[in-house]
Amino acid sequence: MAPTEQAAPIARALEQPYRHGFVTDVESDALPPGLDEDTVRAISRKKREPEFLLRWRLAAFERWLKMTPPAWGQLRMEPIDFQALCYYSAPKSLKDGPKSLADVDPKLLETYEKLNVPLHERARLAGVAVDAVFDSVSVGTTFREQLAKVGVIFCSFSHAVANHPELIERYLGSVVPPGDNFYAALNSAVFSDGSFVYIPQGVRCPMELSSYFRINARNTGQFERTLIIAEAGSQVSYLEGCTAPQRDEHQLHAAVVELVAHDDASIKYSTVQNWYPGDEHGRGGIYNFVTKRGLAAGKRSHIAWTQIETGSAITWKYPSVILRGDESNGEFHSIAVSNNFQQADTGTKMIHLGRNTTSRIVSKGISAGHAHNSYRGLVRMGPKASGARNHTQCDSLLIGPNCGAHTFPYIEAARDDAVVEHEATTTRISEERLFYCRQRGIAPDEATSLIVGGFCQAVLEELPMEFALEAKALLAVSLEGAVG
Amino acid sequence: MTKNETLLSVRDLAVEVGDRRVLDSVSFEIARGSLAVLMGANGSGKSTLGLALAGHPRYHVQGGAVCLAGRDLLPMNVEERARAGLFLSFQAPPDIAGVKNNLFIRTAVNAVRESRGETPLDAFDFLGEARAAASRLGLPEAMLGRPVNDGFSGGERKRNELLQLSLLRPRLAILDEIDSGMDVDGLRAVVELVGSLRAQGTSFLVVSHYLQLIESLEPDTVMRLDRGRIAEQGDLSLAQEIARTGFVRASETVEG
Repeated sequence: MAPTEQAAPIARALEQPYRHGFVTDVESDALPPGLDEDTVRAISRKKREPEFLLRWRLAAFERWLKMTPPAWGQLRMEPIDFQALCYYSAPKSLKDGPKSLADVDPKLLETYEKLNVPLHERARLAGVAVDAVFDSVSVGTTFREQLAKVGVIFCSFSHAVANHPELIERYLGSVVPPGDNFYAALNSAVFSDGSFVYIPQGVRCPMELSSYFRINARNTGQFERTLIIAEAGSQVSYLEGCTAPQRDEHQLHAAVVELVAHDDASIKYSTVQNWYPGDEHGRGGIYNFVTKRGLAAGKRSHIAWTQIETGSAITWKYPSVILRGDESNGEFHSIAVSNNFQQADTGTKMIHLGRNTTSRIVSKGISAGHAHNSYRGLVRMGPKASGARNHTQCDSLLIGPNCGAHTFPYIEAARDDAVVEHEATTTRISEERLFYCRQRGIAPDEATSLIVGGFCQAVLEELPMEFALEAKALLAVSLEGAVG
Repeated sequence: MTKNETLLSVRDLAVEVGDRRVLDSVSFEIARGSLAVLMGANGSGKSTLGLALAGHPRYHVQGGAVCLAGRDLLPMNVEERARAGLFLSFQAPPDIAGVKNNLFIRTAVNAVRESRGETPLDAFDFLGEARAAASRLGLPEAMLGRPVNDGFSGGERKRNELLQLSLLRPRLAILDEIDSGMDVDGLRAVVELVGSLRAQGTSFLVVSHYLQLIESLEPDTVMRLDRGRIAEQGDLSLAQEIARTGFVRASETVEG
């Protein structure tokens, strides 16, 4: 679609005040716990979805019923009772939230302080009702105008279903089909909301898009669905999450993110996630089970995943890239931190299908306390993938004597001319290094921060600038007390 | 504090490493701006003294008292002692991957400054000082941008210790065999730096076997460590005598 054809409907859609289209579409309260076909129908009805989407959800639900939860992860967890979960709840009314910052948990405020969260954001993040004028309109309006000018669509998934159903119908499930895995199937049946981004041909999105700006992001709940489409020659950088700790009464987060990049297009997806880790034994912490996949469909297309994951009780995710277009390129840069009793089994899959495709993986795992951190990566070169090249760098940093780092690299090359390079290192923050730093006057926590920062430098460099500074602060906070 | 006032006072210091009592009852004093040389046979505990004063966790103080600039040193932790003005050069300085040398040193300098209520140096100001110091030491500027000691030879690591010494400007610098692995130019740099810092009031405790270096440093005191105690104390002539007669002869002389 050419930019001019899209401008009018988009401008209209974007002009709508932010509360409309999500909060007010919800008519009544939560559904009781449990999941059956009626639950799926109820969700679809509440969201006033078109017929095709209801059929799609129901088909996914049928698939899900025949599947069993995977158990191959290097993870110890209680089995989840899926019938005990609530699959739809109205967004929490802000009227029930804290009346002011004085009512907010002081520990939470202390964390905001350490992470340098801007003052006006602290109220919003803590659930204090802020004046609509102060909050969204001033910030949201200017950027929406800029996007409208170039024809970029950035809205909630529900909004996109209502206003761009043809795009949803064409692309939904094209990268992560419902039958892909157990949690993707579940998500496909009951997903609540998420982000939708569409970049028209030849457009370089004028700013970084942040789920932060999509007001009410925190209310999308546990089954988030995101779809980003970049037409030929376009470019976008998307930021998910924020460094401020996110509390949620839902324990399971099973999101699905699909990216599609056409010829010469580029999508950069950065995640800085700091889920609430629960108590020091990990009880009550979030289970972060996400399926993220990018399809580098076009020639010379480019998809990059950058993530800083910390905080969840269990992290289980493999942002991946399918390199279908000739000369396409995929990148994965990750820092996964686990402390106390957290567990992480995370990594990536780079599937080389087209000709002369390249991929690059840089994974930094940091374990402290009694945590266990596993990197699991797959590099697969298909039979037609001539000239394929991959470089993988997988580094682990162990802090203290009780944690663990594990590596499970899988390499499947169907061709003689595939070039796959894998390097792995394991280091400790040794007593000697720590003594050296302290003898120069540097306190143990700051020394850890320095050393960890140095260890993660290659990944921090890939983050959009605003996130990089926050990320460093986040790393320091998540490793507090791990040393000394 | 005026010159010749006591900066460091060590009284009856006893130190155990593992279950071995390495230092039995060490006592000595170092005046402000003065330089003391510590000699002793291999295994006599010279390195133990420096590491115990710095607060290394494996070196357990079993008795005695240490006073630095009028403050009781032993209750302080490692970084507190450093900020109080104690510097120990490492025999085998470790590397710190990914952390640039100038960032590391700047962090250290600012930690000390902050503890003294001084404003921290920003990256720009610090870099200017660091470049000047590197140049005075005959060090390539590139060393500042490399990760700490990453890929540095033994001699280069020692020079990096000198760079940090010159930028931290401690009250007391303990140099443990700073000469090992150093070439002629390196040794000249040590002597120049020590002289310049000493003139500005830094005191030194230099552990060395190397007479030529000791002579160049013009020590105020020379001490010999033997069987966990300071067995002998004198001036440069003591060092020269030890160099002539060796440690075994020297201890026989004392006993006889």
